[in-house]
Amino acid sequence: MFNAIVDGLSGLGSGFINMHWSNPVMIALGGLLLYLGIKKDVEPLLLVPIGFGAILVNIPLAGLMEEGGFLRTIYNMGVANELFPLLIFIGIGAMTDFGPLLENPKIFLLGAAGQFGIFLTIGLALFFGFTKLDAVAIGVIGACDGPTAIYVTAKYAPHLLGAVSVAAYSYMSLVPIIQPPIMRLLTTEKERVISMDTNTHPASKTAKIVFPIVITVVGGFIAPKGLPLLGTIMLGNLMRESGVVSRLAKASENEIANVVTLFLGISIGASMSGPLFLKPQTLLILAFGFFAICLDTACGVLFGKLMNAMTGGKINPLIGAAGISAYPMAARVVQKEGQKYNKFNFLLMHAVGANTGGQVGSVMAAAIMLSVLQGMGLIP
Amino acid sequence: MEIHMDNWTFGFTMIIVGMGGTLAVLALFAVFMVLLKKIFPFREENTK
Repeated sequence: MFNAIVDGLSGLGSGFINMHWSNPVMIALGGLLLYLGIKKDVEPLLLVPIGFGAILVNIPLAGLMEEGGFLRTIYNMGVANELFPLLIFIGIGAMTDFGPLLENPKIFLLGAAGQFGIFLTIGLALFFGFTKLDAVAIGVIGACDGPTAIYVTAKYAPHLLGAVSVAAYSYMSLVPIIQPPIMRLLTTEKERVISMDTNTHPASKTAKIVFPIVITVVGGFIAPKGLPLLGTIMLGNLMRESGVVSRLAKASENEIANVVTLFLGISIGASMSGPLFLKPQTLLILAFGFFAICLDTACGVLFGKLMNAMTGGKINPLIGAAGISAYPMAARVVQKEGQKYNKFNFLLMHAVGANTGGQVGSVMAAAIMLSVLQGMGLIP
Repeated sequence: MEIHMDNWTFGFTMIIVGMGGTLAVLALFAVFMVLLKKIFPFREENTK
């Protein structure tokens, strides 16, 4: 009888007895993510479930991430098979207006330049000894696009999912702090005050409907491995522009996106168990992610300067910074910076065009990356 | 079949093909967009 009582009591507090040193550290980190999300409004939709998931998974013996545990079930349901980021992409496509990009198609090139940091960071990560697939997952933080980063990392470097996701979402929200100094460093006062043509050349409704179809088919044939990413964002956009499935478009950008965001966030948090996350390479990954976004900004602005030179001074190089995929934050940063030097300068719509070009650019960059890996035989 | 290559070659390939490929593909998309606007021109009545 006495032994039975002792045995029963030994089950209480077993979490404390089996605690690893990394558990309280990760619980504190989860708390920090919650603080950033709740108090500082830093990407709360993701950081709150990620932070709480990180707390849950670092309480020992709960079995939440073991087979049959509820976090493992959610993880297998949509992260391990890359479903969740693709569903979110449908919602992103449904929220995105490619009109400003269609008005000035050459702005698309800035969306390409804004992705150069991804590939340069891959080189850097390789130099520091990361494996090829790990370097690719680290480089994709530079896509500045959560679903793309999660899609690539969950498939090819799942052990880095926590670090890559936290880096991607944290740095996206820091774009207003990261970008302006780089923009100022790489442009002259004369370039910053350039006013861009406000005469619009709008696209017809038919062109806006055909656009996502053409992009999907052409992009899919060029880089088939990235078709899930490209196809889903373009499906969402097609639903938006067609105007005949507004219920589906609204559900994609609201109910579906919200539910999936919750499950995705908590799953990412669940991948942040202490022994996996607290390694020296995690700090390197966070550093590389920051570097990737800085490089993206720099390459975008430099390409903007090149386009400015080639068009005889018609392009304000600042809009190159909006070529990254942090939509619409990067566009707002450009507008704000432009108006600091010329308060009559309205760069917003041009920057939005570059920003939406960056969204397609980040997807195509990932698609090309994956197709090249497939061609090399590194992935099936 | 996996092509064995050292990290330097892999990194250089990714940089050249990745950056060049992304730029080329998006330039192609820009061309398609110009063509789309020519084939389906904007008309004022489109806004009604």
